[in-house]
Amino acid sequence: MTSTRRVFMKSGAAAMLSLGFAPGFLTRAAAAADARKRLLIAVFQRGALDGLNMLVPFGEADYYRLRPSIGIARPGRDNGAVDLDGFFGFHPRMAPLKPLWDKGMLAAIHACGSPDSTRSHFDAQDYMESATPGVKSTRDGWLNRYLQAINSTTPLQGVAVTRQTPRTMQGRAATLAFPGVDEFAVRDTMGSARAIEDSYSRTTDSLLSASAREAFQAMGVLQKATAGSYQPANGADYPRTPFGRALQEIARIAKADVGLEVAFAESTGWDTHVNQGSDNGQLAGRLDDLARGLDALTRDLGDRMADTVILTMSEFGRAASENGNGGTDHGHGNAMMLIGGPVNGGRVHGKWPGLAPEQRFESRDLAVTTDFRDVFAEVVTAHLGADRSALPKIIPGYAKPRPLGIIKT
Amino acid sequence: MTHRGILAGTLVLGAVLAGSTLGAAGIPKDKEAVEHALNRLAYGPKPGDVERVQEMGLSNWIDRQLHPDGIDDSALKARLPEQPERPAQFADQMEARRWGRQSVQALSAEKVVRAVYSERQLEEQLVDFWFNHFNVFAGKGRTSEWIADYERHAIRPHVFGKFRDLLEATAKSPAMLFYLDNWLSADPAAAERQQELQQQRAARLGVANPNRPQPQGQQRRRGLNENYGRELLELHTLGVDGGYTQKDIIEVARAFTGWTIAPQNQKAAGQPGVPFGARGRRPQLAPGAVQEGEFRFTPMLHDSGEKIVLGHKIKAGGGIEDGEQVLDLVARHPATAHHIAFELAQRFVSDEPPKALVDRAAKKFRDTDGDLREVVKTIITSDEFFSARGAKVKTPLEFLASAMRATGRDMPGDGRQLLNALMQMGMPLYMCQPPTGYDDTAETWVSAGALVARMNIAQRIAGPQQATSIGGPEFQRR
Repeated sequence: MTSTRRVFMKSGAAAMLSLGFAPGFLTRAAAAADARKRLLIAVFQRGALDGLNMLVPFGEADYYRLRPSIGIARPGRDNGAVDLDGFFGFHPRMAPLKPLWDKGMLAAIHACGSPDSTRSHFDAQDYMESATPGVKSTRDGWLNRYLQAINSTTPLQGVAVTRQTPRTMQGRAATLAFPGVDEFAVRDTMGSARAIEDSYSRTTDSLLSASAREAFQAMGVLQKATAGSYQPANGADYPRTPFGRALQEIARIAKADVGLEVAFAESTGWDTHVNQGSDNGQLAGRLDDLARGLDALTRDLGDRMADTVILTMSEFGRAASENGNGGTDHGHGNAMMLIGGPVNGGRVHGKWPGLAPEQRFESRDLAVTTDFRDVFAEVVTAHLGADRSALPKIIPGYAKPRPLGIIKT
Repeated sequence: MTHRGILAGTLVLGAVLAGSTLGAAGIPKDKEAVEHALNRLAYGPKPGDVERVQEMGLSNWIDRQLHPDGIDDSALKARLPEQPERPAQFADQMEARRWGRQSVQALSAEKVVRAVYSERQLEEQLVDFWFNHFNVFAGKGRTSEWIADYERHAIRPHVFGKFRDLLEATAKSPAMLFYLDNWLSADPAAAERQQELQQQRAARLGVANPNRPQPQGQQRRRGLNENYGRELLELHTLGVDGGYTQKDIIEVARAFTGWTIAPQNQKAAGQPGVPFGARGRRPQLAPGAVQEGEFRFTPMLHDSGEKIVLGHKIKAGGGIEDGEQVLDLVARHPATAHHIAFELAQRFVSDEPPKALVDRAAKKFRDTDGDLREVVKTIITSDEFFSARGAKVKTPLEFLASAMRATGRDMPGDGRQLLNALMQMGMPLYMCQPPTGYDDTAETWVSAGALVARMNIAQRIAGPQQATSIGGPEFQRR
């Protein structure tokens, strides 16, 4: 019943909006009914994160044998790992996220990844974003297919804070991609913005007029709802980096209550083949940006985190052993994190396969014991509320996603 | 005149155009038709273009565009941005990457300049079409190092030639071999043989431990890689419904084992004192090995067993000719004729092109052994072509180039300044990741964010009067 009502309110308000006379209270009510519901923020770490140094298996003797110079010391030692459960620990620069772990709002899943063995960034990102490993002909991304499955009514339901629509969000459902709210505006540099807008309302070209209407509506709603300069709440201090800025824009849109359901941001620079460092250095810098960014985002969203899940992912992990250049080459299994009120946190989920030679994938990489599609499936059903019967559409070709218990039910 | 008359007569009878000159009948002469042709076969009209084409006659103009060698394009040359020259060798992988990035930047700028200023507009349209058909992605590993060469030598010379030649040029290009991983594909048994040999050699020279994980882009040849075989059938030739099976894909992949990139001392790369990309000693080619530029056929990696491809037997004991036989087979397969005809008609006529036109173009493809000039001519001189005015939405490149042309203004800088606009509209050049290339239908390019970007770009490149029309709905179509 509630879902029917929700759909009605949504399309009703949208229809009125398009006629230009939706009463403000109804617009706000419809938007709020959705927006305050559930939010997924997907974070893609492009370049292949070294999950073994982000979420350190310090209880595993082989870890230190494989990584004599880049390994993170055991907890309690100088610059050692931040102990989580006596076996796994955070890289010391991930310490800002420890309070979320303690509150039970942060879960990790280790040895997670793709059934496809490719070590090509290009293929692996493609497979993860389309959620069809091994199949290259898939045109749309899994989050777009989620929006298709729920018959999304406004592009504001899916926003990527990136310059181009990421593969994850590409597809038939209307979404938005912009590097920031302020960039999503028709600038009136020539005094002709108005005339251009008008020409779209006059045209008989239904495809273009519909898209333009969508754009102007979304723009109008967004600009009104985000007017003025943005002040992060609760003392949230975003890193002044592209990633930090993207997260801040996501918080800004989420708090504008314009119907945001899935958001996307990306973080780059994870391809650490050479001199990745240990507790300090290249990887530490990336993890610092990640942890401070996510910490700020969760603070800024405040009580909205009760309905929000942040999901981090990267195309594959890195080789278990360090290479001759103080870095790590492309590997296989990796770690993902989930943060938010709905998360069954304070736990590292998944089956740990071990790092002994015979336990490794192709005797070199962390093996995959959890298919990343299981995580996606659980997030779209248990968190976003999609019906399980919609899964074949959202994650095609995956017969039976395994329930993981990462999202509370 | 008599010759013309006869041709025109044939046309009136509705026969397909024949010969190298176009007849005047069948091609409308009105201003709208000229505008339409300039929007479709060129990147839109420049001020005065419509009148000029009307004066020389539209059919004459189309004929010239189909034979671009006769068009003087010397003014373009002066505008082309300088291309970085590829050094004989790179100091290390980082330098190779840096050069690759510079090269793609310069090539992207060149593409924009050509679209705006070349007089050989149809050729530019077709280079774009065929590059996209045989797409490679500059962001994948070393692909960027070879992309400029790929467009110049594998694509451009063949767009008015035979499909079979174009296909082979792409199959043997380092860009494609790298992008679709065929350079790594090997007969699993042969790969073991080679590894043994490498180990012996390494032991003898006392260099790298061959069991050490290999640096990125230098993965050991593990065995058969189906990537190229699959895309060759699905995207390059037969099409997804072309009637091949998974077994065919594997057999095709086996036929292409050993088609690889000439090693630039890969084994020694990264070792102290051995510059990356150094040729070192000129390798002695093994019997049966073939080297053409950076393409290398390595018999030791080849699976020479018998293969059955699409019902045709390829005898055991073959070498490079196994792959060449596959190219013959797929280039001449009727499904390929149809697939190529459909895509060209989709590009030039409409998102869902009329079946009768696709069938005629496919027949022309079969009758001429894949003569691409003839196939294109069939499509762009058809009634269907002339009755499809405004049916297509411009791609971001078409929008940008046609906007620049419409303003008649001089391009700021050397083209690089416009690349950002293409990125904002979702079409960064040479950066389309999937092998499918950019989609050529309206739904891909019409979205809220993309339209806003177009409106802003219109205002950025045109004056107040023109910005309104360039940012408006009519201008988004062609």
